[in-house]
Amino acid sequence: MELLVEGVSHRYGDIAALENINLMVREGEILALIGPSGCGKSTLLGIVGGILKPTSGRVLVSGEPPTGSLNPFTYVFQDFALLPWRTVEGNVALPLEHHGLPESERRARIADVLARTGLTEFRNAFPKQLSGGMRQRVGIARALVVRPAMLLMDEPLSALDAQTRELLMEDFLALWLKERITVVYVTHNLDEALRLADRVAILSRRPGRLRDVVTVGVAQAERTQPAAQMRLAALHDQLWRLIKAEAQVAEREVIEDGIAGT
Amino acid sequence: MASQALEGRLREVPFRGGGFVLVRRRGAAVIFFAGLIAVWELAVRSGSVSPLFLPAPTSVVHALYDLAVSGALWRHISDSLFRLVFGWTLGTAAGLVAGFAMGIWSIPRAIGVPFVSALFPIPKIALLPLLILWFGIGEASKVATIALGVFFPTTIATYSGIDGVPRNLIRMGQSFDLPWHVILKNIVLPGAMPGILAGFRITASIALILLVAAEMIGAQYGIGAFILSAGNLMQTDQLLAGVVLLSVLGLVIGAGLSRLERWLLRWR
Repeated sequence: MELLVEGVSHRYGDIAALENINLMVREGEILALIGPSGCGKSTLLGIVGGILKPTSGRVLVSGEPPTGSLNPFTYVFQDFALLPWRTVEGNVALPLEHHGLPESERRARIADVLARTGLTEFRNAFPKQLSGGMRQRVGIARALVVRPAMLLMDEPLSALDAQTRELLMEDFLALWLKERITVVYVTHNLDEALRLADRVAILSRRPGRLRDVVTVGVAQAERTQPAAQMRLAALHDQLWRLIKAEAQVAEREVIEDGIAGT
Repeated sequence: MASQALEGRLREVPFRGGGFVLVRRRGAAVIFFAGLIAVWELAVRSGSVSPLFLPAPTSVVHALYDLAVSGALWRHISDSLFRLVFGWTLGTAAGLVAGFAMGIWSIPRAIGVPFVSALFPIPKIALLPLLILWFGIGEASKVATIALGVFFPTTIATYSGIDGVPRNLIRMGQSFDLPWHVILKNIVLPGAMPGILAGFRITASIALILLVAAEMIGAQYGIGAFILSAGNLMQTDQLLAGVVLLSVLGLVIGAGLSRLERWLLRWR
């Protein structure tokens, strides 16, 4: 499925969060949305997946979701959003329960995603018993179980420590390389964006405008190899120059109610 | 070596942590209560305290035994339990419904909050005369008093519990297209459960207070009626036997609620 963001603007009361965003998400790519904190990245992601209504503009889709897809636009949340009173298996089962699938298919889907995310042996654990990395694996498993056409990931690794982030990023990439699901990946971390994304869209500070969309041009599987390092380092510099001044100003802004965390 | 050079001038760093940590001391309570009862018994037997004003623990136990043998004990307990269970269940059910409505929809909230704020502070026992006029002197007025006393705190506990359900979990449910009733059942209800159960603890003790008060005003049987009549006849051993019954009843309810909490909130 392809997605077209057309002239989207969004306001929270008097505060403009996004201004005239035009963006395309292509089938099978990872598009990273990057920008300073409070620039409206998460707002844009909410609008793309239809859980936030933009003040103006619209989001268009072309193509059909794959057969068996129960929830074409599926989120992975920064704070995991797991139900603490359900086990790993219960959390993964949640989005299937109201679909009336045959018991055998339900079980098969759950077993499959638990195996793919390495959670099989933790399936009876409660979220509080798991490390942050494991919790986000549950979040990813829950997203995959509905066979999404597009994964909308809202800073999925931001709540994790550096080592866990690295490990999870590798695992996620391995998963992605097998399936090539379309992903919109919001982050404020340039290294994450350059490790995962096919293209990087840079948003300015509030009100978020699209500054640039940069194609990485190196296959994800080859990015850790020495040959790619020059290109990635140059790209890192280029992007950092775009972001740095914005980030400096954004850091000195007073955060107003209704913006942070939305 | 440095340590040899320092020899003779070395001191241990003084320890300043410690304290402010509570550890389990199970036996302490048993010893304390056994001691208290022993002192009480001795004080009465030695004659330094009149048994009319403070009967000895043994006479309280004796009174309880007589009551059990005569069969009156069961009549009092079953009448009280019926009112308590019926009144509490009724008030809780109504309170849950009102609390859920106030937790989910804006208009019930806007109407409910001032309504609850105005009526919650009234000691419900003050309404018993009115309720007797409405429902008669029989069981209905007592049950209604208890139900009314339980209703308001349950309502408050329920909607506050729902307020405490993280909004991100509800957004997550919506992002998976979960139907409204599924979100309510699988996200809102379990999320509000800790608050609701905390409310149960409060309403259980309110129900017990109202039970005794209502039975003292107009009942032939029931623990409250029994305590009042014992007091009128200066039978202080029977009076204290009734008080012991109430204490045991309160303990049993508390233990039951703890079990319910441990089971329903085992994920915490």
